[in-house]
Amino acid sequence: MTATGEHHIVKSYDVELGKLEDALARMGGLAESQLAAALQALDSRDSDLAGKVMANDGQVDALQSFVDEQTVKVLALRAPVADDLRSVVAALKVAGEIERIADLAANAAKRSLVLNRLPPVEPMRSLLRLGRLAQVMVKDVIDAHLGHDADKALVVRDRDQEIDDVYSSLFREILTYMMEDPRNITPCSHLMFIAKNFERIGDHATNIAELAHFRVLGKAQLEARTKKDDSAFIGGEPV
Amino acid sequence: MAEQVAEPKMTTRGLAVHYGSKLALKGVDLDITGGEVTALIGPSGCGKSTFLRCLNRMNDTIAEARVSGRATLDGQDIYGPGGIDPVLLRARVGMVFQRPNPFPKPIYDNVAFGPRLHGLVAEGEEMDALVRKALERASLWNEVKDNLGQQGTGLSGGQQQRLCIARAIAVEPEVILMDEPCSALDPIATARIEELIDELRESFTIVIVTHSMQQAARVSQTTAFFHLGEIIEVGATEQIFTAPANDLTQGYITGRFG
Repeated sequence: MTATGEHHIVKSYDVELGKLEDALARMGGLAESQLAAALQALDSRDSDLAGKVMANDGQVDALQSFVDEQTVKVLALRAPVADDLRSVVAALKVAGEIERIADLAANAAKRSLVLNRLPPVEPMRSLLRLGRLAQVMVKDVIDAHLGHDADKALVVRDRDQEIDDVYSSLFREILTYMMEDPRNITPCSHLMFIAKNFERIGDHATNIAELAHFRVLGKAQLEARTKKDDSAFIGGEPV
Repeated sequence: MAEQVAEPKMTTRGLAVHYGSKLALKGVDLDITGGEVTALIGPSGCGKSTFLRCLNRMNDTIAEARVSGRATLDGQDIYGPGGIDPVLLRARVGMVFQRPNPFPKPIYDNVAFGPRLHGLVAEGEEMDALVRKALERASLWNEVKDNLGQQGTGLSGGQQQRLCIARAIAVEPEVILMDEPCSALDPIATARIEELIDELRESFTIVIVTHSMQQAARVSQTTAFFHLGEIIEVGATEQIFTAPANDLTQGYITGRFG
């Protein structure tokens, strides 16, 4: 008997790890659809849909609480080691990241309620583009984590640069519209916050990519990605 | 400045053991670092206890056991002509067994046995001091100081095992081999032994065979995984238990083996 199986000798251990994995999959799916619905609500100026997104945020929170409890339980009762340990620790942290993603999506939906009462502004198109990039990134990174795919996780991680670039250019675009006409300032300020939410979602997805990588390969820390979101410097250039 | 790499306390190269025609250990290379705890883990029959017993020639007592390859203590051969005398070797490399096995003698005589055999100190005050020191280092002194004339076999299991550790360290060995020292003990007695191992590590090199993964993880700095008479993986304990390099190791320690 030398083979290393996929399954634990103690079957209930597999069941408990499976519960964690299922909860993460459901959380990931929910966060994805929350983000998709928030984008839809922004695009079609649909306040009812935005309200639903806000109401559904509690489901993600509840799943996160479940993951927290289940993680503590497995750590206490099974004393996991090696890849099991990495899976459990990663699950705890990934659940935190997904919860933040869903929160940011719900916040975007909330701001859309104000936007829907104001005339449409042009930068919305770029904002939606940014949101869709974030949405794809979230989907892919959760797939990579659940599929134990470290290579895919790295590819997704690198995509955060694109999000940062789009965010920076959107930032400039929004500034331009605000300068052009002061009536744009209110909607554009909300757009700016939503854009920041989407940019943050990209960062959380990056964190999940690193956790997926750690879970599969056991390397604690990847080399830090050079962050090139230069929006923090915009407006400070000499004219 | 490059860090000085210390010579290993003990080494084995191609160490093999036959029991009759059965090859129990298939040529094992291992370096045992001084002042550290090295844990040997692996399923029953993997050769870890056989390996441990080679380190102080306990296999000599088994008629059909045949040892080949090299083993050294401080660079000096343990086997072969010119090797260390087995009696001296066992004074330098002590052993603690799975079941506590105190002699059916008073506690005092249990500890004084080795020093008397090797004529380490004179009877009387010197021996008293040595016995006391060994019992203190084995964290047993406070429990037995008023009853040193009591039979060692009359102590609880955990106390008996600490008495055996006191007996082992009384002759000031350099290396202590422990063969599942806690498998017959309850969790409290186990914790006491583990705490003791932690303290003893400062003065002795310790090699421990254990069936408890968690024990290996708790007490050792280096872990070697044995399987079918070979070392599959050896590395820093932290690495073995968080990210083992070998699938067999991972399967074994996570309970997905076989």
